[in-house]
Amino acid sequence: MSAAGLALGRRWSRLSPLVWIGGGSCLFWVFVALAAPWIAPYDPVAQDLAATLQPPNALHLLGTDNFGRDILSRIIWGTRLDLQMGVLGVVFPFVIGTTIGAASGYFGGIVDMLLMRLLDVTISFPFFVLIIAIVATLGPGLGSFYIALALVGWVSYARLIRSRFIVLKHADFVTAARSLGYSHWRIAFRHILPNAVMPAIVFSVSDAVIDIVLGSSLSYLGLGIQPPTPEWGLMIAEGQTFIATAWWMTTFPGLAIVLLAVGFSLLADGIAENLGLRD
Amino acid sequence: MGLLEVADLSVEFEAPAGRLRAVDQVSFALDQGRVLGIVGESGSGKTVACRSILRLLPGERARIAGGKVLFEGRDLLGLPEPEMRRLRGSRIGMIFQNPSTHLDPLMTVGRQVAEPLIYHRGLSARDARARAVELLRLVGIPDPARNAEAFPHQFSGGMRQRAMIAAAIACEPRLLVADEPTTALDVTVQAQILRLLLQLRDRTGLAIILITHDLGAIAATCDSVAVMYAGRIMEQASKAELLRRPLHPYTRGLIGSRPSAAARGRELPSIEGQLPPLDDLPAGCRFHPRCAHAEARCRAGTVALQPATPAHSTACLRWREVMAA
Repeated sequence: MSAAGLALGRRWSRLSPLVWIGGGSCLFWVFVALAAPWIAPYDPVAQDLAATLQPPNALHLLGTDNFGRDILSRIIWGTRLDLQMGVLGVVFPFVIGTTIGAASGYFGGIVDMLLMRLLDVTISFPFFVLIIAIVATLGPGLGSFYIALALVGWVSYARLIRSRFIVLKHADFVTAARSLGYSHWRIAFRHILPNAVMPAIVFSVSDAVIDIVLGSSLSYLGLGIQPPTPEWGLMIAEGQTFIATAWWMTTFPGLAIVLLAVGFSLLADGIAENLGLRD
Repeated sequence: MGLLEVADLSVEFEAPAGRLRAVDQVSFALDQGRVLGIVGESGSGKTVACRSILRLLPGERARIAGGKVLFEGRDLLGLPEPEMRRLRGSRIGMIFQNPSTHLDPLMTVGRQVAEPLIYHRGLSARDARARAVELLRLVGIPDPARNAEAFPHQFSGGMRQRAMIAAAIACEPRLLVADEPTTALDVTVQAQILRLLLQLRDRTGLAIILITHDLGAIAATCDSVAVMYAGRIMEQASKAELLRRPLHPYTRGLIGSRPSAAARGRELPSIEGQLPPLDDLPAGCRFHPRCAHAEARCRAGTVALQPATPAHSTACLRWREVMAA
């Protein structure tokens, strides 16, 4: 990883503009999340029943909701949760999927057969339905969301890593590593994995987008974040009733999701382009 | 007793057509500080034979079908895998044909040279690094301290081969298997690499198996030579003896088809025909379909390697006539 980062670092001057735009956008959201207490003009959960459903104006730049809460402040605080869903929603599946994919691709044979059947069982259920079923069983909340993602989301990573391992385990430098007497563990994790992991990293950035949308969707369905916590998907759900009279309640959180997602996607595309993974 | 003794080694590949014998009853021996050359065309089995010494056969379908590989008195073919791993990289090193693809692209060269020392010798990262810089200097990498931080793609082909040699000899092995180490390099660099190998031999008493199809490399480096064809050894002798008095038509063909200053302007002779495929080997001597001296007894029965003189073996039944020709 560090070596991969270094190799990438050495080519920074040739980075695609997509990386700069996408990375800049992601950094912007990280800044918003970290600086929320200082940049949010209002308390995100403070109700002001004298100022409900106000359209965007000088006091409330993005308007207020049906409880008089400031939309802008709620979006700013919501960034924390939505970014967290993007990051943590990817980390667990990434680690589990990479380990399973590496073992499967490296050892092949019976290990591969068993792990791939486990994968087949997991993907035989529709992705969203399975996530919703697991979250509904475990009870609403972010914890259940992450557990569900870990149980279901690893399959994509396992497949990506496995296919790279199958190719790379016969690579010349792996044969050379074998001729130096290294253990399977060392060959798989020190030599093959750094060379195999990039496509999975690129995928994880796009996957984060899906997780954010999925987390928002779960909140919308009442299975994710619970009111009155500010979260973008939940805000859209709350604004649904007022869509005809107060469009700003749904539009601005929706826009936030889109902007964050586009930032992540551009970053993923940029990295992929720079690594020559896509044309 | 010698450092290495390979006896009747056979290697088979599982194929749809059945088992194919890529190496058939190959025997050779090697003492400390000596260089053995194994010559042959691509597909003659020389690489497979030498990889079997380290038990590094490609894929799951290759299998050692018989024989013995005695290294320092122990039969390597009977060793459990963890024991074998301890020998690889520490007692037996190997270098490969294409140094560009045999180095890990994402690891600095210094790290790759230091790694065997950390793994086999238990050196600390700091000590191993210092030793790696010394090794890089030993193999002739300029400014080794700075170049240790470089990645393989920043090196030239010759420097990569030097780096691979440094990693292979880091733990001071007794035997180095060099699989066509100069084939992918420029001619001027080839000579430098061969000279480097001989220097290492002189310094440490390393024994080297040099696999090549280049008789020039053999002439420049080896003490003894084995000529392989279609999985079998055709002729085996000291280098001087073999080059001066080849007793097998195949060896004569190889030597005869080398370009030389004396033959300038004349058409380069070549051996007609091709190496037979492993699933369709001719009966009798495997070289007979391409041999000008073949007669009835060459086409049937078994043709084994036999001593013509005590220090010179040939698998040719008609070596006396061949020599007279």
